[in-house]
Amino acid sequence: MKLSAPLLSLALAAVALSGCDKKKADPAAPQTGSVSIALENVVGPNLLKLSTSPTVYDYATASNEQFNVSHFHYFVSNIKLRRADGTEYAEPESYHLVEESAPDSKTFVLKDVPVGEYTGLSFLVGVDAARNTSGAQQGALAPSTDTFWNWTTGYIFVKMEGYSPQAPGSHAMQFHIGGFADPNNALRTVAPALPAGTTVQVRQDYAPEVHLKADLLRMFTGPNPVSFATFASPHMPGANAVKVADNYAAGMFEVEYVQNK
Amino acid sequence: MAVGCQPAPSVLPNPEVPGAALPAAFPPPVYAPTQNPPTQAGFELGRSLFYDPRLSRDGTISCGSCHRQAAAFSDAGHTLSTGVGGQLGPRNSPALQNLRWRRGFLWDGGPNHLEVMPLAPLSNPLEMDATLESVLAKLNADPSYQRRFQAVFNAQPIDSYQLLKALAQFTAALTSATSRYDKYARHEAGAALTESEVRGRAVVAQKCAPCHATELFTDESFRNNGLDHTFAADSGRAHITGLATDRGRFKVPSLRNVALTAPYMHDGRFQTLQQVLDHYSHGVQESPTLDAALRRPAGPLGLTLTARDKSDLLAFLATLTDQEFTTDPRLGPPH
Repeated sequence: MKLSAPLLSLALAAVALSGCDKKKADPAAPQTGSVSIALENVVGPNLLKLSTSPTVYDYATASNEQFNVSHFHYFVSNIKLRRADGTEYAEPESYHLVEESAPDSKTFVLKDVPVGEYTGLSFLVGVDAARNTSGAQQGALAPSTDTFWNWTTGYIFVKMEGYSPQAPGSHAMQFHIGGFADPNNALRTVAPALPAGTTVQVRQDYAPEVHLKADLLRMFTGPNPVSFATFASPHMPGANAVKVADNYAAGMFEVEYVQNK
Repeated sequence: MAVGCQPAPSVLPNPEVPGAALPAAFPPPVYAPTQNPPTQAGFELGRSLFYDPRLSRDGTISCGSCHRQAAAFSDAGHTLSTGVGGQLGPRNSPALQNLRWRRGFLWDGGPNHLEVMPLAPLSNPLEMDATLESVLAKLNADPSYQRRFQAVFNAQPIDSYQLLKALAQFTAALTSATSRYDKYARHEAGAALTESEVRGRAVVAQKCAPCHATELFTDESFRNNGLDHTFAADSGRAHITGLATDRGRFKVPSLRNVALTAPYMHDGRFQTLQQVLDHYSHGVQESPTLDAALRRPAGPLGLTLTARDKSDLLAFLATLTDQEFTTDPRLGPPH
């Protein structure tokens, strides 16, 4: 029998497809799924809304200092999912830059996560020392004016800029938090708890979503309450950057809910 | 977003590329060739970038403007260097040589890796006053650069990773190891030092080597060499670390090609090597972080240097001038 060219290509495609199917069904291959991570940036009870106005203030701190926010970013890296037995899945090349000005950056997907039930997650707020000392990087770690110090090499782990009438001088505020070496190591690992009774169930056929919120206000409360009037806002690694890092490590990130579907 | 992998230059190191061979007498490199394997196309691309004034905001200043090959890639004769708009930077432009072996760049060690080093002058308002974003836009608008980056990295568009890797192909190639001293030390035919130069070499080993150590003639440390009592104008290493114990400490520069790189010190305060030696023999100032090597068990601060020591030192230091390096046409501006 002779096959016409279109039929032949169909037949070849069928062979190719069955080849794929065969591979997929390979029982030796670990079964994996994906997990979607969504971050919502808030200021206390309010959704974060960027503003460049130096005179209109959208928010207030616990001590009633008014402020607004013109820029907010942070790095989430070294994400791990933990099983009940204590074993962990660690995302490879786990570097994510979350920028309020880039809505797409607030959702990302962990791929090839082994199927199973996960009871916790943890991540580093910032970029580990190794990637701060290894030269040119790519992807989320590509140096940019906003996220990288040129004059003293290092990533700006968390950056918040805005205005407060209580801030001295021009009322501009710049909180640039970074530093990966002692004594000014501002790297903090956080492990926000899943809501009681909730787990992340990774299956081959659906992708759960872990929905977190990041409360910017927590940069200024916690172990080291910050007053815009008196606190010298940090622009480089140092003691004040560490103080702010200790604040946000103490509860800026919360898991709001996990959607298993 | 997870990091999308781009292939690094995949060609094997090419021994014909300048700087690809490492001098046997040098310590192991900090930036090994395997980290960014030298290729002819990569080196030439880095060379074009190094000499391209479009890397500055207004297109007037290239890396090569303040790092001139004839002066071992320092800004010879300039106490401070001129950036865009005629602005003066705060420090003396250092020589660029043997950068593969350097840890901690600039006088204060702020940049920590050869690949990210260029970002400092690129963005400094007193130097090139550009942004990475603007430079990448210019490069991506240039068909020649598009073609050449594509050939080296096999990926588009040109991004910061490609720019920094390409620049490092050139900066890592600036190896100086062919001075008269080197040839003498390697027992090459016809290489000789005079008696005075030989004595000067011994003085370096005895009096200068705690800091100007190894065949690189620097131990890469940060030290306070007694220039001032206080360091209000420039705290040096402390500017980076915030530590009081680092006030007044600056990078120990190499002695290689030192006869070509006047003026001297982080602020270019000394015009001649004679003045530098006079500083070490009787100009050292007290301060809390003054280096221990400049304290004598008894007597004033500084090093004990006789007049003959000094003339021998000056003779020896001149043997560290590497004319092959400073005239190698492969390292100069591309045609």
